[in-house]
Amino acid sequence: MDKVQSRIKDLIFSSIKVNIKQYSMFIALIAIWLIFTFLTDNIFLTPRNLSNLFVQTVFTAILAIGMVLIIVTGHIDLSSGSVLGFCGAVCAMLMIRFGWGVPAAVAGTLVVGLAIGAWHGFWVAYRHVPAFIVTLTSMLAFRGLIIGITGGQTQGLEMATEKVAHSFKIIGQGYLPMIHEVNEGQIHDISLYVAIGIILIFIILNLKKRASRIKYGFNVLPMYLEITKLVFISGIIGVFATIMVIYLGIPWSIVLVLVLTVIFSFVANNTTFGRHLYAIGGNAEAAKLSGINIPRKTMILFMIMGVMTSISGIVYTSRLNAATVSAGQNAEMDAIASAVIGGTSLMGGEGTIFGAIIGALVMASLDNGMSLMNLDITFQYVIKGLILLLAVWVDMAQKKK
Amino acid sequence: MSDFILEMKEITKEFPGVKALENVTFQVKRGEIHALVGENGAGKSTLMKILSGLHVHGTYSGDVILNGNIQAFNSPRDSEKAGIAIIYQELALVKYMTIAENIYLGDEICKAKGVINWDKTFRETVRVLKEVGLSMNPAARILDLGMGSQQLIEIAKALSKDAQILILDEPTSALTETESENLLKILRSLKQKGVTCIYISHRLNEVMAIADHITVLRDGKTICSEPRSQMTEQKMISHMVGRDLTMMYPWKKTEAGDTVLEVKDWTVKDPVTGDVVCDNISFKANKGEILGIAGLIGAGRTELVMSLFGVYGKKVSGEVYLNGEKKDFNASYDAIREGISLVSEDRKRYGLVLGMDVKENSTLASLEKISKFGVINKNEEIKLSDRYVKELRTKTPSLEQRVKNLSGGNQQKVVIAKWLLTKPKVLFLDEPTRGIDVGAKVEIYNIMNDLVDQGVCVIMISSELPEILGMSDRIIVVHEGKISGSIMREDASEEKVMYYATGGK
Repeated sequence: MDKVQSRIKDLIFSSIKVNIKQYSMFIALIAIWLIFTFLTDNIFLTPRNLSNLFVQTVFTAILAIGMVLIIVTGHIDLSSGSVLGFCGAVCAMLMIRFGWGVPAAVAGTLVVGLAIGAWHGFWVAYRHVPAFIVTLTSMLAFRGLIIGITGGQTQGLEMATEKVAHSFKIIGQGYLPMIHEVNEGQIHDISLYVAIGIILIFIILNLKKRASRIKYGFNVLPMYLEITKLVFISGIIGVFATIMVIYLGIPWSIVLVLVLTVIFSFVANNTTFGRHLYAIGGNAEAAKLSGINIPRKTMILFMIMGVMTSISGIVYTSRLNAATVSAGQNAEMDAIASAVIGGTSLMGGEGTIFGAIIGALVMASLDNGMSLMNLDITFQYVIKGLILLLAVWVDMAQKKK
Repeated sequence: MSDFILEMKEITKEFPGVKALENVTFQVKRGEIHALVGENGAGKSTLMKILSGLHVHGTYSGDVILNGNIQAFNSPRDSEKAGIAIIYQELALVKYMTIAENIYLGDEICKAKGVINWDKTFRETVRVLKEVGLSMNPAARILDLGMGSQQLIEIAKALSKDAQILILDEPTSALTETESENLLKILRSLKQKGVTCIYISHRLNEVMAIADHITVLRDGKTICSEPRSQMTEQKMISHMVGRDLTMMYPWKKTEAGDTVLEVKDWTVKDPVTGDVVCDNISFKANKGEILGIAGLIGAGRTELVMSLFGVYGKKVSGEVYLNGEKKDFNASYDAIREGISLVSEDRKRYGLVLGMDVKENSTLASLEKISKFGVINKNEEIKLSDRYVKELRTKTPSLEQRVKNLSGGNQQKVVIAKWLLTKPKVLFLDEPTRGIDVGAKVEIYNIMNDLVDQGVCVIMISSELPEILGMSDRIIVVHEGKISGSIMREDASEEKVMYYATGGK
């Protein structure tokens, strides 16, 4: 009996040890929320504010997902802010100037993003120019091109046909529909079902994984602990979902981020492509000798980043309802900061998608909370910078131990 | 003043969960060369880290006594000031800097505060270089020098700081025979000048050749400490492993089968300098035999196998036949697909992703085999890597252990597991036992034998003559990019190999 207990203890400890970074990030996020709640007389923790906060996080989070993969592989993308702005402008102009419908404009923009990513990938993978330089040039170039295609003016989507403008708005501003119309503060039915569905899928997948591990004869947590774990995590998902379900429902953009997070977490953890990226970032020479086609993977990686950036650009434009010259300025820095705060190592080889999402939430929470406090914008920037420094320092200090 | 320049008394050092050192006593007499031997993990490095101030005072129990005074080092700098210089297995020179810059790095000779006096720096550099028998331009860059010279420059650097005690950790593991001999000669001459030296090595013949006194550690304890005159290589080995190694080289007679790999007129140029590094090399390797490739470092052996594997150099001419079929390998994945594997000489640089864990490293070259539509079957991954951990007897707390935390021998086993998982027909082993302990060496030899039994064609590069002679069925010797000789096991001797390795002069 003692032996079984100590084995269980080992299992729990080892799983905590593996995930300690993500747990500590999560705890830090909650701490930041509590501090802001206190400082803003509880305004921060209202469903309305939190729901807004999540929506504000969206475009940084999407960039950060791609950025994690880029940094893990040992590269960097400084262009994503400019490319985000450019893609957003392309999308807007396709609808305004050329009268394209929403699906066509979105598809067209994604292709543009893919092409930009391929351009970066070509130079990095096949011409061996450091990604820092390649994307630095794009950062400048695409900022210029935005001015070019928008004529240097804000292009409001009201200039497109009303039908197009209306449906495009949904991407960045819309919520899941409802069967029974209700108001703010009440339970939105479809959003509720979606939330329950997500929790159920999560539980089923975990139990399936457990069953498969048992079939292979590996150690698993005893059932009661497994259930405790599932209840706990489901509870957290539930809390987040409830906030949105009782405000205006779950925003479409949040659904988008969730889907992308799940897809790319899977890519990072469970696919050969993901594993190869980590190996390249960890030790490129060993990866090469292990038969990994580094140029090809790098090319694909940057193409993915291009697509992610264009998705982010579309959401951004939709949320603003306009393409602006300064769209996405410094967004690359927010994305890099999110990834790093979320535990991604700039040396490559280390980092998680989930961590970056938490990192993006931290960054957005700081913006949101300090704005609610009406803090001078000067301090907002300074504090954000210092928090990043602090986060990386804590991470380094932990590693040294 | 006592006879001992250095005494480490009853040192005990614990890490979470393990006792790395237990009551170790280590005494070094003034002016002697004192060899410290033991398997990897025996505690040698931990002991030296205490001495060099990396494990600071207070994190261990026991006393470090230098010249009769108890020391309390709080940083490596303290230890350096006390006259202790340590030269690590992995050299700590800045490649892009010159010899002079490296020697006085962090300790620059200055005119005014912060302004370097280059004239004096160069003059002093020439002087200390002379002490280690080097006469080269102090403005030469490190990356243009061979490993042997680099090692000597490290020693010169230590001497420039007036080190009284010089600690050398595996100084010859990357050196050729002649370079090693030269190094030993220099150490002897330094001894004449009164420098005390602690010499850590797995090469027991060198230890026997140079040490005045030998201390053996095993499992964190001092097993014995005796003058060399009372020691033999056999005795050292049995102290180190705690049992008699009747057969250091467990070579087995096998019947050579059909030719698996044939290389014809292989000529390769260095991609940077354009020098010819492999010149018209032709050889055959057969199923069920171990082919040894001997030669001096820099002779082109590593370049030969790396270029055959498709990861090095500019091919000028040559053909590769695998089981009689002509093949072209443009990259490692082509070679791996055809069943060729390469355990490279530098496992940390080319073999392992140090931040990844045991299972991820094990499956890195064969991920496709356990994946469907690009999705890894993680259970299969655990199963396969676990099987090889057991088969190769890799000592690791778990499959999730990061390989950077494993000892050298176990790291090497992970690299070997990685390549065995690709199911190779031909396995190149480049210095497979470099820097690993005797016990693990024998285990790796046994693995080689098993592979030969399974019909794998094993090709081993080694700079250790006893290893080449002990394990190969056939030996080819490379000299300056050409094959200078081919010897059958029955006819092989150290003299013969060295004769060809030095160009048959």
